[in-house]
Amino acid sequence: MRILRAIFGHSSGRIGGVIVGVYITVAMLAMLGLTPHNPITQYRVDRLHAPNGVYWMGTDLFGRDVASRLMAGIGQSFTVAFFSVAFAALAGTVLGLAAAWLGRRWDGAVMRIMDVLLAFPAILLALLIVTVAGPGTWTSVVAIGIVYTPIFTRVVRGPALSLKAREFVDAARTFGSSSGYIVTRHLLLNLVAPLTVQVTLALAWSLLTEAGLSFLGLGTQPPAASLGLMLSDSRNLMETAPWLMIFPGLTIMISILGFNLLGDALRDILDPKMRRAPA
Amino acid sequence: MMPLLSVRDLRVGFGRDPQANEVVRGISFDLADGETLAIVGESGSGKSVTALSINRLIDFGGGRITGGAMTLKRADGSLFDLMTATEPQLTGIRGAEIGMIFQEPMTSLNPVLTIGWQIEESFRLHRGLTGRQATAAAKDALDRVRIPDAARRLKYTPNQLSGGMLQRVMIAIALACNPRLLIADEPTTALDVTVQAQIMALLAELKRETGMSMIFITHDIGLVAGIADKVMVMQNGQAVEQGELNQILDNAQHPYTQHLLQDVPHFTNGSTTRSDGRRDKVASHEPALKVDGLVVRFPLKSRFFSRATGAVHAVDGVDFDLMPGETLAIVGESGSGKSTTARAVLGLVRSTRGSFSVGARKASAQQSALPVQMVFQNPYASLNPRLSIESILAEPVIATGGRVDAGTRARMASLLERVGLPKNSLERYPHEFSGGQRQRLCIARALMLNPSVVVLDEAVSALDVSVQAKVLELLVDLQREFGLAYLFISHDMAVVERIAHRIAVIYAGQIVEIGDATSVLSQPKHSYTKKLIAAVPTIDRRHEHFELDTRQVPSLVRPQGFEPAPAKWEQFGRDHMARVEG
Repeated sequence: MRILRAIFGHSSGRIGGVIVGVYITVAMLAMLGLTPHNPITQYRVDRLHAPNGVYWMGTDLFGRDVASRLMAGIGQSFTVAFFSVAFAALAGTVLGLAAAWLGRRWDGAVMRIMDVLLAFPAILLALLIVTVAGPGTWTSVVAIGIVYTPIFTRVVRGPALSLKAREFVDAARTFGSSSGYIVTRHLLLNLVAPLTVQVTLALAWSLLTEAGLSFLGLGTQPPAASLGLMLSDSRNLMETAPWLMIFPGLTIMISILGFNLLGDALRDILDPKMRRAPA
Repeated sequence: MMPLLSVRDLRVGFGRDPQANEVVRGISFDLADGETLAIVGESGSGKSVTALSINRLIDFGGGRITGGAMTLKRADGSLFDLMTATEPQLTGIRGAEIGMIFQEPMTSLNPVLTIGWQIEESFRLHRGLTGRQATAAAKDALDRVRIPDAARRLKYTPNQLSGGMLQRVMIAIALACNPRLLIADEPTTALDVTVQAQIMALLAELKRETGMSMIFITHDIGLVAGIADKVMVMQNGQAVEQGELNQILDNAQHPYTQHLLQDVPHFTNGSTTRSDGRRDKVASHEPALKVDGLVVRFPLKSRFFSRATGAVHAVDGVDFDLMPGETLAIVGESGSGKSTTARAVLGLVRSTRGSFSVGARKASAQQSALPVQMVFQNPYASLNPRLSIESILAEPVIATGGRVDAGTRARMASLLERVGLPKNSLERYPHEFSGGQRQRLCIARALMLNPSVVVLDEAVSALDVSVQAKVLELLVDLQREFGLAYLFISHDMAVVERIAHRIAVIYAGQIVEIGDATSVLSQPKHSYTKKLIAAVPTIDRRHEHFELDTRQVPSLVRPQGFEPAPAKWEQFGRDHMARVEG
């Protein structure tokens, strides 16, 4: 509760919090089936209908309601984005901390593997993993997670190495603090700021990567909706039915804006220097 | 006659609203040709901002000059208004008419360019010299700052030279175009005392040779005596007192100047050492810490095959003992092995050989001994910024398997009170405290486990002089109250004089002289101790001529299997001995 109050006390946190809150609500409604129409029902007579009172955001080539599909797509894309980023952040943090703390061979081994992963363009690597494992929501999650793990590993390892050489870590050693205590309290706690920024950026990227995978037919499988799939379907109809592109595009853009604003706010809130001294 | 530089009611502010956020608030002074003005003050007093305003470098540091007048008399006698000058005009002034040297010679030079190129740059810009002419001019410039073998050194990059040598290069660059004003912003603060003495001597000599004026900024009023004609004391952005050197030093009017002159540690050749808790007055105890034949070596490996080719002998056979309630100061210059000794005692570096015994327990050289705690040099780096003070103080307790219960909280509160911090400190964070307060926190943290020995590694060096004095007082009080034994690592003889009962002088990894503080400071026997003591700046040494001694610390890298010859000691008095020099 305290963190919510802090977010709403922060100027950009308020906007970001509201945006992300609305998205999460919409995603939940869609998962509960509470959409204006069924997102996969095809209303053949109303194909390519412009937005009106019945179809708020118009209909697509098969006569499906864009607004409903958008809600379902938000649910789908956010699920993939959240879980894949959680996977990448967790794996990357553990690997990065291990590399920095254990050093020497561990460091070499972990970082070389990460270099190999980084050598592939993100989408290509994700494609490779999905092709091997077969398309589907959870393979997308794992594929996107693996693709973004090296970035988290690097973001964690660098600062962790410099923190490891700081005097407060030496001081902790002189008390006989355990490695676990030092790594969690002295290293991890000081990595909160770069990690929060990285998580918000990665959420935005993974939304796009999911869109890319779906576009290539390897992510979300039609007739299910995802933001990327809707965007790619709209490509050929850009001139005749611009609403097919505008609404998913705006949805992605605003969500990324929301994540970034929220991330900035979280970084400030979690920094003790920005906290006001207790009266 | 017009002065070289005239500053009237200078005001400098920072931030979005510079008027409301003034750091320099109305400074006025005149500087005649060939005169040296020393600006003395503690951190935050505005002394560096004043200096940076004179050549308008402050514009690049986010500052804005909000009022006043500054006039420079140029070489041809015309007057130059520094306030209204445009940036291209200023570029012609900087380097050519106003030279500047900074505090950190290591970071003031570009690490990837040769020093020759960097000196030539000044000649290229202001004199239009190129090619061989520039190189010849650069060599002359290096000769002028007494760098031996100048022609060869031109091809060196900064990492190949020591801090003192780099500061000479900086001076050579600043003086390349014969500026008539040199601004030196704490030019010796980052250097060792003996190197500081050399640089001070060099500046005094160059000033005599060239007849230039100088603005010398320092926090150490002891340095002023050797070089200044006039002194300005700054506090909170204002000049609280300014006048002739002798008048300020002998007859200070303002309470702050008097405070700087009297309350801060000044070196007095061993006449103000502590009289309490001396070894000969205390009945003989079991030593709190005994170190026997400590050796720390860092092996050097060849790039291929990882074969050991030699070792850095950082600490080479150090023995001492420390009684409860006693302070042993380990003094020496950077690279002498004094910090490595401390870190080895704490188990932060692995010792190659040797044994410690702490109290009754005998600890092997490899494991850390908990009754020994440490306070580090930098109070800003030794507290985790993300943890509240309560978590910071709780850490040693948790680390040793204890619980944070009412007893622990009571101990935290009483220690905080004891080190002079407010009661509500526990839920606050490190950034809310000043440097001195943070160091008090570090002391409280070190005392949480009730240690018998506290290692203080340059524990007051990063603090302002007046804060330094207070923290030293606190340390002495705590020592008496808890019977603590201190291992006090320092390069600052004035500080050591205040706190030490005994002194060990360490040079190139070995103790060269050890004994009673009064005796070592008043009658040093080893040549290195003598040199160290002679280099300490004091207010009594007005315009003293420093001997230029460019002897370098010998390399500590030794071939594989090298063992130093056993030391021969000569005894002077009851508790004072020095290594026999070969």
